[in-house]
Amino acid sequence: MNNKKYWKSLGELNNNDEFIKQSKNEFTEQLPIGNFLGKESLADTKTPRRDFLKFLGFSVTAASLAACETPVRKTVPYLIKPEEITVGIANWYASTYDDGNDFCNILVKTREGRPIKIEGNKLSSFSGGGTNARVQASVLSLYDNERLQGPLKDGKATDWKQIDSDLIAKLEAANAAGNGIRILSSTITSPSLNALIAEFTAKYPTTKLVTYDAISYAGIRKANQKTFGAAVIPTYNFSNANVIVSFGADFLGNWVSPIQFARQYGKSRKLSKDKKEMSKHFQFESILSLSGANADVRVGVKPSQIGAGVVNLYNAIATKAGAATLSAGKVPFDKSIAKAADALWANQGKSIVICGSNDSHIQTVVNGINYLLHNYDKTIDIVNHLNLGKGDDAEFSTLIDEMKGGKVGVLMMHNCNPVYTSPKALEFEAALAKVGTSVSFNISKDETADKCKYVCPNHHYLESWGDASPQVNSFALIQPTIYPLFNTRAIGESLLAWMKGSGNYQDYIKSVWQKSMFTMQNTEPFFENFWEKCLHDGIFETSPRLAEPLAWSYDLTADAADVANEKGSELEITFYQKMGIGNGNQANNPWLQEMPDPISKTTWDNYITMSPKEMERRGYNIIHEKEEKMSTVNLTVNGVTFQNVPVFPQPGQPEGTIGLALGYGRTKAGKVANNIGVNAYSYMGKNADGLLSYYATKVSIADSAEKYMIVTTQTHQTLMGRNMVKETTFSEYLKDPKAGNETVMLSLANGHEHKKVPAHTVDLWATEDKPGFARPGLQWSMGIDLNVCIGCGNCVVACQSENNVAVVGKDEVRMNREMHWIRIDRYYSSSMTKEKGELENKGIIETYHEMEVPEENPQVVFQPLMCMHCNHAPCETVCPVIATTHSNEGLNHMTYNRCVGTKYCANNCPYKVRRFNWFKYFENKQFDFNMNNDLGKMVLNPDVTVRSRGVMEKCSMCIQRIQEGKLTAKKEGREIRDGEFETACAQSCPTNAITFGNIADSNSKVAKMKEDERSYYMLEELGVKPSVFYQVKVRNIEESLS
Amino acid sequence: MYEAPIREPLILGDKTNHEITEDICRPIEGKANKYWWWCFIVAFAALIWWVLSVAITVGEGIGVWGINNIVDWGWDITNFVWWVGIGHAGTLISAVLLLFRQKWRLSINRSAEAMTIFAVICAATFLLTHIGRPWLPYWLLPLPNQFGSLWVNFNSPLVWDTFAVSTYFTVSLVFWYTGLIPDFAVVRDRAKTKAMKFWYGLLAFGWTGSSKNWQRFEEVSLVLAGVSTPLVLSVHTIVSMDFATSLIPGWHATIFPPYFVAGAIFSGFAMVQTLLIITRKVLSLENYITTLHIDMMNRIILVTGSIVGIAYITEFFIAWYSGVEYESYCFINRATGYYWWAYASMMTCNVISPQLFWIKSLRTNITFTFILSIVVNTGMWFERFVIIVSSLHRAYVPSEWGNYHPSWVEVGIYIGSLGLFFTCFLLFTRFFPVIAMSELKTIVKSSSTQAKRAQKNNPHAHAAHH
Repeated sequence: MNNKKYWKSLGELNNNDEFIKQSKNEFTEQLPIGNFLGKESLADTKTPRRDFLKFLGFSVTAASLAACETPVRKTVPYLIKPEEITVGIANWYASTYDDGNDFCNILVKTREGRPIKIEGNKLSSFSGGGTNARVQASVLSLYDNERLQGPLKDGKATDWKQIDSDLIAKLEAANAAGNGIRILSSTITSPSLNALIAEFTAKYPTTKLVTYDAISYAGIRKANQKTFGAAVIPTYNFSNANVIVSFGADFLGNWVSPIQFARQYGKSRKLSKDKKEMSKHFQFESILSLSGANADVRVGVKPSQIGAGVVNLYNAIATKAGAATLSAGKVPFDKSIAKAADALWANQGKSIVICGSNDSHIQTVVNGINYLLHNYDKTIDIVNHLNLGKGDDAEFSTLIDEMKGGKVGVLMMHNCNPVYTSPKALEFEAALAKVGTSVSFNISKDETADKCKYVCPNHHYLESWGDASPQVNSFALIQPTIYPLFNTRAIGESLLAWMKGSGNYQDYIKSVWQKSMFTMQNTEPFFENFWEKCLHDGIFETSPRLAEPLAWSYDLTADAADVANEKGSELEITFYQKMGIGNGNQANNPWLQEMPDPISKTTWDNYITMSPKEMERRGYNIIHEKEEKMSTVNLTVNGVTFQNVPVFPQPGQPEGTIGLALGYGRTKAGKVANNIGVNAYSYMGKNADGLLSYYATKVSIADSAEKYMIVTTQTHQTLMGRNMVKETTFSEYLKDPKAGNETVMLSLANGHEHKKVPAHTVDLWATEDKPGFARPGLQWSMGIDLNVCIGCGNCVVACQSENNVAVVGKDEVRMNREMHWIRIDRYYSSSMTKEKGELENKGIIETYHEMEVPEENPQVVFQPLMCMHCNHAPCETVCPVIATTHSNEGLNHMTYNRCVGTKYCANNCPYKVRRFNWFKYFENKQFDFNMNNDLGKMVLNPDVTVRSRGVMEKCSMCIQRIQEGKLTAKKEGREIRDGEFETACAQSCPTNAITFGNIADSNSKVAKMKEDERSYYMLEELGVKPSVFYQVKVRNIEESLS
Repeated sequence: MYEAPIREPLILGDKTNHEITEDICRPIEGKANKYWWWCFIVAFAALIWWVLSVAITVGEGIGVWGINNIVDWGWDITNFVWWVGIGHAGTLISAVLLLFRQKWRLSINRSAEAMTIFAVICAATFLLTHIGRPWLPYWLLPLPNQFGSLWVNFNSPLVWDTFAVSTYFTVSLVFWYTGLIPDFAVVRDRAKTKAMKFWYGLLAFGWTGSSKNWQRFEEVSLVLAGVSTPLVLSVHTIVSMDFATSLIPGWHATIFPPYFVAGAIFSGFAMVQTLLIITRKVLSLENYITTLHIDMMNRIILVTGSIVGIAYITEFFIAWYSGVEYESYCFINRATGYYWWAYASMMTCNVISPQLFWIKSLRTNITFTFILSIVVNTGMWFERFVIIVSSLHRAYVPSEWGNYHPSWVEVGIYIGSLGLFFTCFLLFTRFFPVIAMSELKTIVKSSSTQAKRAQKNNPHAHAAHH
């Protein structure tokens, strides 16, 4: 031990009193305060006037500078941190989307207690991890600041106590007086809510539940009632079907259970080394639907001919089966019917025939066809039927009559908006005025709620408890993912309150599950465990009930006669749903309004679709360019007229028919949706069956002088003979799996000769193929199977939700400034090709002009396109400030902070996937969408920067997910497992068309997919080495493509 | 200095050295006439429009323009390239013609150089306003910074552009200023007011007019001419690489550098014509800027215009000959597609109209030359528009084909940039000697009318004198 002492000064060494005293002072010397603080008079101080002014100036500047802080944004931290929440880590909850129109099992991603993203629940055998755009967008509807914030009485805010006392009195009075109490609702699949309504009915015996769906499938149910004695919609299994024939049913987009069907369809279209079979799909329809666009054979027919077509098909099958034929009129497409019949007959028990008509006469014949084809219990299951689409049009009509007669004391409306969705002819609005007490449970003050005396807003589904059963053997739970944002109350709680004074709906659901679902299983002996498991999984499925062989004793003669009575007209209209807006219940959602329609690529609008040929004949504008306005007409259907409805050219639309989308023309939905387009529901009428008809023959149009701007995200319709989308036919594919995927060759100079070499071998730089170039580690890559992609647009909204993509509004879309990071290019085939032009001795200019025009009934291809993450990225070399760079994992990064916005990268991108922030799209009154209000901003993903004005952005391949996955793997000390995380577009793709993974791992799905003969890179000849590859589309048709 | 008698005189009107000084100093010393004020008011009004348009752009975002995610560059870069091109003639006249001892440059080099400076300033305003975040253009410079070790991307043609344009601007400015020094000294020496004496004294850098001064002046001029000459080629070569090094059909072409340089000289001379024909009228300099000068410049316009024409045709040939689908479609679309009128304007203005200069009477017709000079610059504007917009609006992927229309703000910035240019130029004519008078005086003895007459009358005297 060293005893040496060190000291800093003599004072410290001596350690005398003065030193100790001094050391306690903050400053060792006296501060010269006196120098500038005046003693007697200002003149005597050592601080003259000048110094004083200096000090004054300094102090004022310092004080004012300190005041110029950037504004403080207050956030409220967790006072007591909830156990399950870790800031920065997402929590996932299983739940269910069931709005009476779409059904989907989902997972909800929450961050710091806010739901921010919907994903598909892969545990579900019903929807199997897929979603659609509306399900994806529903999370934004939660944060709609135009939702109702509390109960209303006579349009004025009130409290629940008042509501309860008023309504208990009204209900008792109505019950006592024998006046009807009616609950009008869209399809309720919830076992608990159904049980609760039954209890409610027991308490108030005059109660009756009337189910009414804006989109009715009553015809199918009625037909099944007639033919099999069960008023149900059967379960379909498209994955087992080799031949699918659809008469106007858009089963991939909007028919009954499209997410489920799309997944099955995707399976039936998937081709690989091990599976060399695919379904053949015939579609007979009027409007070009999503299903029609994907069909192998699409036949454009008038909607009034659908019935005749079905009967003709029946006869063709019956002839083969040796059964009696029915009387049927001739149809112009009988050759296609015969072909379909041949294909169906060859695939008995492995085919499906469906029809979109709401006429039970037609649907019974469809049942007859399926019966003759032995499809029941194989591809169609009546026993384990769907619980969706239970709307009963006849009961709805009866209800309106009752209302008009003043027989309804209390009308409670749940999850429906009949003032908006019921046809004008039914006069629902007038009838509603005659109801004693009207109650709406709707979550916003929509057209119906506006007319109701009481509005008792339900929770948004992400805030509430609930359950559902889309199919007899499939159950699902809905659980809250956020505390209710507003003073709303679940419908279950409202009903309980009115029955018993109070009650907890969550407990009620639990008791229902304990009584019924718990008893259906025997793996979990304790209910709490069973409940926990179901809540965790979000679903509970039982094995399907065994079916007894179906017997057929129904005589179709009368139905066929009714079908034959169907008269067409010169001009017929079809009412359809769009992929974004659907039945219109989420119309106030800007993501859905801005989502391009998969077929027409229009956004923000509603219009009449018409054959371009017919438009030309009528003298309407068929050129759709950015600055061109479309012609409008005054449209009269079933005696209802709307002025100035724009007309949009739609190839594939047969002449003499027009289409009009439902879900538009809202007046009380909110500022996003109000007054966009016309309300097509109001035109609707009833068919011969007394059910709602989704087409009409009493149509007339009159020219109007007005012009109207329609905006689309794609103004050019054909591929111009470019080989960006490669396709082949199934027979060619069977002969050679590489068919249609010829290697792209480049010519190189070899002395005086040209030498053709594969494009991928030509490179300026060292690559994987050349020695001295090693790329260790991860290489992110994406494969897109064009044969499976149905172009539904789910990925567009999923990406928007995940990556905080801004909504820019109609006018900016018109300017080609939409911000979507992923787009789906849709091309129509053209009857002109370069080869044909040469044969016909046409000049190249004329040939090109004709190549721009789509065919009358075109073949359609969809190509999802996002940043290709080129490994020799042209954008990277041209950026002057190194704002876009390459990662060693094969990703093209965008550093927003560094971007100055020269836009050179976007110009030099051959795929045109870069998106520029032309304005500040958040907190900007000009863009009054969700990013302009505090509530709407809650949907933003905190892991993704909101881009500022003046910077470029583009697909990042969900880098935040990659990073999170890498960190998780690192923490657990393991390698990344294939498929443990996916990009937002890949995750919820209903058909699994998108595969994402590490291509450096030869066992990964994406690496194996790349090895397939159908794989190719888009624009490979440019040598940019994209990370995204495509697979050739295969059409199941006989004739060759060229 | 012997000059062949058949050469026409470069200075008309029997001007003596003193008269030259008087003529050229008059606009500086006297009051501006009515024409000047009218020109200035119009130009200044346009400049105010420019200020407003730029304010809107910077305030709101470049979304107020018509450019979009398909056509990301529109009028902005068109105007940039157009102005840079115009800026070419100044250096060519003062540097290259100096090296080639072309005496006729002496009457026009000063204004041509001024035009260069102002044109490059105009061009630079487009570089600054076209970026998304116009408060950050200095990030394009390789400055030491605290953003980590963040450097510029030397692979990017935009960085080359930054260097090329700033170098060109600096050298041109120095060259121009050097030439101005003796003339400023003249104005200083003639000044009658204190303020003029002070300011021109400051500008003249203490020029005494001694032989040593002149010797150094000559040396510096020669060195600067040597430095500037490669810049004449490099600037537009590099600007053309913005396009040539990309992979967009219609841009990706090896012919661009020579074709752009020729086009730049073409448009630069046309702009000199436009300016000088006005200047000689407004400032009564007809004796100095003569039909001969105009004829000379028209010949250069004819030559460069023909080069440009051949380049256009070569591009078409290569598009066909390469057999590349995208390239050939691009050119067919360029000539027959949505923007065919722009292409037609370009071909008419740039290829056909300059060919009229084969006719001598037209070449020496001042009104015709004036009109044609504007036609040429219109054509050259369309050339850049055609290259930029018609290539971008239909590139590889047909789904992303779309059109572009400029907004009023963009039009405002363009018209306003002309306002900026003319305001600067008009101020230049009022405050700076518009003709390099000191240098011009060196040819009074050889190329003035009186010298020519003397040479004619007494051919041997002159030779003997030598």
